[in-house]
Amino acid sequence: MSTPAEELSTQLGSVLQRKLGDISRIEALKRLSGGASQETWAFEGVTDRGTLPLILRRAPGGIAPEGRETAVTLATEAALIRLADKAGVPVPPVRYVLEEADGIGPGFVMDRMEGETIARKILRDEEYAEARPKLARQCGEILAKLHSVPMDSLPKLRHSPAEAEIEQYWQTYKTHGHPHPVFELAFKWLRSNLPGEGRTTLVHGDFRHGNLIIGSDGVRAVLDWEIAHTGDPMEDMGWICVNSWRFGNIDNPVGGFGKREDMFAGYEAAGGPKVDPERVKFWEILGTLKWGIMCTTMYEAFKSGMDRSVERAAIGRRSSETEIDLLALLAPRS
Amino acid sequence: MQDMPQSKEIVEVVGEFLRQHVIPNLEGHTAFHALVAANALDIVKRELEIAPQANEEELSRLQTLLDKNGTLEQLNRELCDRIQSGDITLETPGFADHLWQSTLTKLAIDQPKYSGYRRAEGKI
Repeated sequence: MSTPAEELSTQLGSVLQRKLGDISRIEALKRLSGGASQETWAFEGVTDRGTLPLILRRAPGGIAPEGRETAVTLATEAALIRLADKAGVPVPPVRYVLEEADGIGPGFVMDRMEGETIARKILRDEEYAEARPKLARQCGEILAKLHSVPMDSLPKLRHSPAEAEIEQYWQTYKTHGHPHPVFELAFKWLRSNLPGEGRTTLVHGDFRHGNLIIGSDGVRAVLDWEIAHTGDPMEDMGWICVNSWRFGNIDNPVGGFGKREDMFAGYEAAGGPKVDPERVKFWEILGTLKWGIMCTTMYEAFKSGMDRSVERAAIGRRSSETEIDLLALLAPRS
Repeated sequence: MQDMPQSKEIVEVVGEFLRQHVIPNLEGHTAFHALVAANALDIVKRELEIAPQANEEELSRLQTLLDKNGTLEQLNRELCDRIQSGDITLETPGFADHLWQSTLTKLAIDQPKYSGYRRAEGKI
């Protein structure tokens, strides 16, 4: 009897052979860890000229999920990657979007790109020493392109400007019920300091370490378009500045590798409008609060019995990290 | 009153056991989760050492700030309500200092190596 992985390998191989022509079969299908909501598989596509390193993103068990509140469908994710590609954002090329008749559920196949996603390696290893000083500017350039994707070309997406983001996380915080005076202060400040009218664009929503493939030459690809939405483009720049993504390099606000000014300069040079640093700071504060509440959400998953791992339980105690960051942003001590 | 060892000594020795004898013999995911487990025990140990006095101080600050008595949880809930209503703001005397003290205590227990904490303590 074949295992589910062997079965998937056979089915996927025959689908790709039929639809892509140059791939005769597939090899070495292996489930990758990470990505709780979708399955990610690595495999090799065998062609006449050698093997192609590929990735399959698929719904868990090949079953289309019930519409979740914030995540986009896999077909939408594939469409967004293709649109971003067209706008000049580095992304893994999408080779094939699964169809219902293929019988292996919703998903898509894209190229597997060489590079590193683990922050500690990117920030410490010699291999990335030359890339590091360039990364903040590159992130700015990439975001300018990402935010230039024409609105009328986008698939249907959740619209989530600042007020909606705040309301969503307020509901989550209130549902958990544990009192966090620092979070209350942050909510109060954010509601009183909403940014004025601005652009509405495509927003990646999770532009940070882990979702950027980086090589010795810099950023090679932007991954994980699952929580993309439309909203304030400055959300993406604020999010990558959250201290939790600096991994100890507190004085390099952009991902622990660079300065805000370099990112803003890259953004403007690549066609983005002039950046208002105060607006980015608003989103950094909201981003810090969001990560704090996500930590408490992971504890709730432990408490409910859904995930009884030590890691899930312990991450609840990381919400205090965001509280000290919020205080430093909102009530700095002289 | 319990007999010796104290709970913080028990937690400490279990952590030492994990680090010195268990983790070196593990690999991959299991090794990672065992390290997370050892770190979680460190949180408990620090909480046992720090929380008794820090909680008393927090309660006393809350009583002064809110001008009423109650448990730590009741007074923290009351503080949250009064922040939302706008009754207590960063201009309220003692409020910012209270938040800093309580948050520094949380970090001293949860994550004393965190950059934001070390910066606040003037160590980096």
